Amino acid sequence: MNVSLTVNGKPVECDIEERTLLSDLLREQLGLTGTHRGCDTAQCGACTVHLDGVAVKSCNLLALQAAGGSVTTIERIAAGDGSLHPMQEAFRECHGLQCGFCTPGMVMSAIDLVRRCPEPDVGAIREGLEGNLCRCTGYDNIVQAVALGARHMRG
Amino acid sequence: MTATTSSPPAAETGIGQSARRVEDKRFLTGRGRYIDDITLPRMAHAALVLSPYAHARIRSIDTAQALAAPGVLAVLTGQDARAEGLGGMPPLFMPEDMGGPKGHRTYRPLLATDRARCVGDRVAFVVAETPAQARDAAELVEVDYEPLDAVASLEDAMRADAPLVWDEAPGNRCCMVMYGDAVATDAAFASAPHVTRLKLQNNRLSANSIEPRGAIGLWNEADEQYTLHTSSQNPHGARSMLCSHVFKVPETTMRVISPDVGGGFGMKADAYPEDGLVLWASRRCGGRPVKWIPTRSESLATDNHGRDQLVEAEMALDRAGRILGVRARSAHAFGAYVVSAAVAPLNFAIRFIPSVYDVPAFHGVNVGVFTHTSPTGPYRGAGRPEAAYVMERLLDQAANELGLEPAAIRERNFIRPEQMPYATHTGFVYDSGDFGALLDRCLDLSDEAGLAARKADSRSRGLLRGRGIGLFIEQGGIFNDQMSLRFDPGGTVTIVAGTHSHGQGHATVFAQLVSEWLGVPFETVRYVQGDTDKVPFGRGTYAARSSMIGGCALRMAADRIIEQALPVAARMTGNEPAGMSFDRGIYTGANGKQVTLAEVARAHFIKAGPMAQLGAGLQATGTWNTDPPNFPNGCHICEVEIDPETGHVHIDRYSAVDDIGRALNPMICKGQIQGGVAQGIGQALHEHLVYDRESGQLVTGSFMDYGMPRADDLPSFDLRFAKVPCTTNPLGVKAVGEAGTIGAPPAVMNAVLDALRPLGIHHLDMPATPLKVWTAIREASDMARTHER
Repeated sequence: MNVSLTVNGKPVECDIEERTLLSDLLREQLGLTGTHRGCDTAQCGACTVHLDGVAVKSCNLLALQAAGGSVTTIERIAAGDGSLHPMQEAFRECHGLQCGFCTPGMVMSAIDLVRRCPEPDVGAIREGLEGNLCRCTGYDNIVQAVALGARHMRG
Repeated sequence: MTATTSSPPAAETGIGQSARRVEDKRFLTGRGRYIDDITLPRMAHAALVLSPYAHARIRSIDTAQALAAPGVLAVLTGQDARAEGLGGMPPLFMPEDMGGPKGHRTYRPLLATDRARCVGDRVAFVVAETPAQARDAAELVEVDYEPLDAVASLEDAMRADAPLVWDEAPGNRCCMVMYGDAVATDAAFASAPHVTRLKLQNNRLSANSIEPRGAIGLWNEADEQYTLHTSSQNPHGARSMLCSHVFKVPETTMRVISPDVGGGFGMKADAYPEDGLVLWASRRCGGRPVKWIPTRSESLATDNHGRDQLVEAEMALDRAGRILGVRARSAHAFGAYVVSAAVAPLNFAIRFIPSVYDVPAFHGVNVGVFTHTSPTGPYRGAGRPEAAYVMERLLDQAANELGLEPAAIRERNFIRPEQMPYATHTGFVYDSGDFGALLDRCLDLSDEAGLAARKADSRSRGLLRGRGIGLFIEQGGIFNDQMSLRFDPGGTVTIVAGTHSHGQGHATVFAQLVSEWLGVPFETVRYVQGDTDKVPFGRGTYAARSSMIGGCALRMAADRIIEQALPVAARMTGNEPAGMSFDRGIYTGANGKQVTLAEVARAHFIKAGPMAQLGAGLQATGTWNTDPPNFPNGCHICEVEIDPETGHVHIDRYSAVDDIGRALNPMICKGQIQGGVAQGIGQALHEHLVYDRESGQLVTGSFMDYGMPRADDLPSFDLRFAKVPCTTNPLGVKAVGEAGTIGAPPAVMNAVLDALRPLGIHHLDMPATPLKVWTAIREASDMARTHER
């Protein structure tokens, strides 16, 4: 089956099996391996991307469900000149990552959270990240990073 | 692993500063190279056929249908492995290797042959063009199983009539360890005014690094070389195991690469059957690379699990709460095979029970028991959480029975600073530590003064508040290792590390050390790890070893560089070597002339002329050993608020004071404590790998069932460091990687019981889930009503 969609600003057309997940399409067909697979029940959030501006778990969508849509992955978040997005910078500043595996999903969720709630308090951040598991950090530094990233995104 | 990103000013990259990490850029931009990100030309994909039975005879395996399925390249079975002479994997060590009594050493085959011994035992390996084809074909492999009776729980496995996991291991006993003096301890108990007893379960856990395991095997027919890419904490160890025991080939024929690894926690410390299977499969498929990546459900069933201990512990005291003796009879479930360093938690679970207390008499026994479950191995803490939990639970129970405050009974029994160095009954010599100061500081930090008012406030809202203390001491470091420093003709230096960073920030911390010791710019220091072709030798990272062993080996290497380069520095400045000194990257001679190390390094690459005879290149290797290890210690205090209507345990505050000696990078150290505490809270409140008692089925088979703390389950932790330098290593460091998992479970459970004790509840096992707490409250209330009638 053919599926057409926009990924990181570029139109793509892929030939896939119906059962192909969006995460599979991104990783295997398009080589965008920054979106990670950490579970098989849509619990860990490591696969989080933006679809039409909203955070979704790409392992929980068939690629066909994204047909005609616009997907943004972690690879598109830094600026064109390579400088980090304020949220990425905040994660680095606050030591909000250790092994880095949950990080792309965390950053994508965090950016989405802040877009919906530009001045989130700690409670709103913790609740907003409830769909993203981290096994390394204990979340404290991630929460601080999101708060700092939100401040920077407000300018 | 290169230091390339924009870096903070030089002042913030020295030893002891919170330098921001050089490795972050690739992780933040989705450019990490984890095992599943790697694609090799003509790569094929594999899927496992796992036993669905906890115990079964394998009568036959019919692979015909699977072989005929679309895209299938090979279907491998245990009989095939045996026919090719492939060997099984033994554990890394047994008590008998260290002078202990003999046990039953198992050799885990790549694939089971005549018997499956747990759900998830590997039975066949299917290779196909795509992952989906491999999985589809795996379902077509027809295995004729004859189910047998299974024992999944420790208690069942230890019964006299229990079915045996291994016919050669009667009573399902694998091995045992024993420490202390039984006679002295029995005497202490016989005459003790007060004895308190507990039977505790330490729940089976899954490390659940967010990146699952995975492996890519490649056989190069032309060079007759194997290459293994594996998500491992210890690539050299994997190579030794595979070459010595499985393939029986020289290590010169194999390269093992551990690229970016998304968390390990001990679970990825050693080789698995899959590491051998992908290499063998590649050879069978004409040298095509073969990649195996599990689903999370497969990971839960096939990863090495942690903990799973039952212990009967007793403490003898006088009426004032002074400990007279401690006794422990423990059993650890090893699962279907004894693998990896499973004997390490067996050992530590007994040896650290005396903890930070002056225990006059001690005796502890731990038996490793086979069960029809996935094998257990080291998981963050590896026996120290078990030990601390026993001691801290005993103390709280004894305090309650004797009418003492939890803090007071501990104060009465601390090893005092003037008793250092202190030799325990279990063979440790603690070099330093001030445990009373830790407790005082943590009581203050956790606002002990306001506790009564907070309890009253909780009560007024219909909630139960409790506070718990968790003190501990543990071991940092194991084995020896080497680290190298290698200069290049441009005068810049590369660290070649035998340790392995999978989240701990070694590329940053080791660069901080080297840039300060050698006076070279932090941003130009390159860091290499995780490849047996690039790193001559190493032992990887686990057991919280790297700050001491890696750091001190690096110190030795740096000292050698300075010493080796000295004659050239002398020649370049027209001095005698004897008069040269080195400070912060600069050699100074007796005549006052100076030259930088970078200039001296470059001079080591001059190809002809008088300087050329001083050698070609500048590099040095340093080694360090864990004899003695260091002993980090800490006091963790947790306050919980329980809703009796739902049983939900809310963590209101969590404070900790950890003695980690000298902190090389406080930000990274704090991150390690935070992560460990989260996992410790996970053990206490959320996590449990459950096997059905009758069938041995893994009930908690996915993240739907295996709970882990999420961001909204945890508070912000209030953490401090007490920096009592270690006196037995030149860096003064004590480990920091595992402390959180050791301090948290007793702090949390003692808090839960403090909250529930007024209701007549005196014991709960972990995890204290809402159902467990709610049920205990209901039962206690029913019992109270019964007594009233």
